[in-house]
Amino acid sequence: MDLFEHQAKELFAAYGIPVPRGIVAHTVAEARAAAEQLTGRVVVKAQVKTGGRGKAGGVKVADDANDAEAKAKAILGMDIKGHTVHKVLIEEASDIAEEYYFSFLLDRANRTFLAICSAAGGMDIEEVAHTAPEKVAKIPVNPIDGIDRATAREIAAAGGLPEKSLDGAAELIERLWAVFVDEDASLVEVNPMILAADGQVKALDGKVTLDANADFRQKEHESYVDKAAEDPLEARAKEKHLNYVKLDGNVGIIGNGAGLVMSTLDVVAYAGEQFPGSPKPANFLDIGGGASAEVMANGLEIILSDPAVKSVFVNVFGGITACDAVANGIVSAFKLLGDRGEAVSRPLVVRLDGNNAALGREILQSAALPGVELVDTMDDAAKRAAELAAVGA
Amino acid sequence: MAIWLTEKSRIIVQGITGSEGTKHTLRMLASGAQVVGGVNPRKAGTTHEGLPVFATVAEAMEKTRADVSVIFVPPAFTASAVKEAIDAEIPLAVVITEGVPIHDTTEFWAYATAKGNKTRIIGPNCPGIASPGASNAGIIPADITTPGRIGLVSKSGTLTYQLMYELRDFGFSTAVGIGGDPVIGTTHIDALQAFQGDPGTDAIVMIGEIGGDAEERAAAYIEKHVTKPVVAYVAGFTAPEGKTMGHAGAIVSGSAGTAQAKKEALEKVGVRVGKTPSETARLMREIMQNR
Repeated sequence: MDLFEHQAKELFAAYGIPVPRGIVAHTVAEARAAAEQLTGRVVVKAQVKTGGRGKAGGVKVADDANDAEAKAKAILGMDIKGHTVHKVLIEEASDIAEEYYFSFLLDRANRTFLAICSAAGGMDIEEVAHTAPEKVAKIPVNPIDGIDRATAREIAAAGGLPEKSLDGAAELIERLWAVFVDEDASLVEVNPMILAADGQVKALDGKVTLDANADFRQKEHESYVDKAAEDPLEARAKEKHLNYVKLDGNVGIIGNGAGLVMSTLDVVAYAGEQFPGSPKPANFLDIGGGASAEVMANGLEIILSDPAVKSVFVNVFGGITACDAVANGIVSAFKLLGDRGEAVSRPLVVRLDGNNAALGREILQSAALPGVELVDTMDDAAKRAAELAAVGA
Repeated sequence: MAIWLTEKSRIIVQGITGSEGTKHTLRMLASGAQVVGGVNPRKAGTTHEGLPVFATVAEAMEKTRADVSVIFVPPAFTASAVKEAIDAEIPLAVVITEGVPIHDTTEFWAYATAKGNKTRIIGPNCPGIASPGASNAGIIPADITTPGRIGLVSKSGTLTYQLMYELRDFGFSTAVGIGGDPVIGTTHIDALQAFQGDPGTDAIVMIGEIGGDAEERAAAYIEKHVTKPVVAYVAGFTAPEGKTMGHAGAIVSGSAGTAQAKKEALEKVGVRVGKTPSETARLMREIMQNR
């Protein structure tokens, strides 16, 4: 999960990292009140979970509360790379002497962590990394050894930070490491990390990505979830512990195993190209290896409550849970849905392959469920589901 | 012949008394694998499903001469279970557990490295490794394929099964599910290297998916070191940017990690990449028929 800048900074502040004073505002009136409270010059910053917002006009300096109100009016509701701005952070303006870049992140290729530091921070850091990579220090961090003040200082020095900033930067970096480890983050980024006119090194921006696998030991991370931005179907699926991602097509997809479902999305999209309107997958839904009738029913229920869905493709490989069990699951799912007062109102294409496939198909055939078609191969089934979506659309 | 897992492999299960551990221990035994015991410090000295339960991996190895451990413990305890396997210097540890925090995996990998990488780690979040007809360490269904001369390495479990099933008339030397997490022990490259050196393997199927650059690095390795034919499949061409597709590692961020980039990198070094799993199986079929 990515955090908003204001959430990241609240987290930083809790770890003793210097950040500017700031107040979150959801309306123009709140923005004005925040600017009045902070007094003096403020910065109005769009809160969106994407980069490049400065270049998109989502960050503006305001001279006073009137100006802050005007700037907030312009920024609230703005679209930045597909993200609508629903809130702004009103922050005291900082006197910036120098801008640096710093991050800790996961280095997948080397299976370790990486510290990235540069004296050439700010909006153009990606450009710098391309054109002058020597200005960007990339230093592996062994997770067992971690980061102490001395290593933090070495990293800052390697990034080319001047002597006057080293102590402040080292302290900030050491604390940022604590955030990275103690919060189970896969990224903490500060760009810019600034040297203020008063000599203090501060985090002027903050980007944090938290590892969802660690939620079991990070109970408070739940409070960072942006409920308003969550897709309602995704939220409902999450409550039922279903691995569901809403997409923008009209062929509902259910499968077992993340890789197989990802592959199903591709195969359906290819097949859709040959039909009018090019039907595409409406969702990703992985019901896992041992799909029970209840999980199948829950999955079907979520998919069928998406009004965009015109047909459904159930793509199952029978491994540990053999196809006869899956077929029985589908039959029970129809019954369960019926009991819940929900009819399966759209055509269902089912492909069963693997262990006991013949038996599974037999079960479905004799059950004669309304709207259910059996197709033998994944490619042909994808084609049929796309065709049905094209007809239904 | 096979890689890493043979009919001689002696398997123990860490977390043997849990529900998943029990279920898959029985399945492994039924497939003919030599499961010789399990580990659970709280139940040491007892037997479970007729197998002795030991307090530690080291004790289990001493008493049973085990050389493979399959790990089914919950995410919160996975790192310490893996570190215990590393300390015992068991040659192969297969980590099935899904949902292990990234910091834990990165830590046990650093631990393994510090200890000289004496234990090969497969996973986490993987289906394990199967050498059909010889042995089976993990949750790969044993009865979907036959012994043969194709090697397979994959980030995805069910796509592994799909290909094993479609190519069951040719059969497999070994299939390795390396897992879909951002940080994993054994990589595509490790498996490619082993298959290249295995006289029992004639050709290799490689299954990748979006996220990271493991497939690109595998392509570079193939160009230099692999002379056996390789056929590949990559899942996730239509996955949108910024959405995690089931596996923690399967996410496209910016221009990095796209399926298209992976396909191009593989094709550039002469690997034939199937558009669908079935087309991939057909490509492998052609290779095996023309041998």
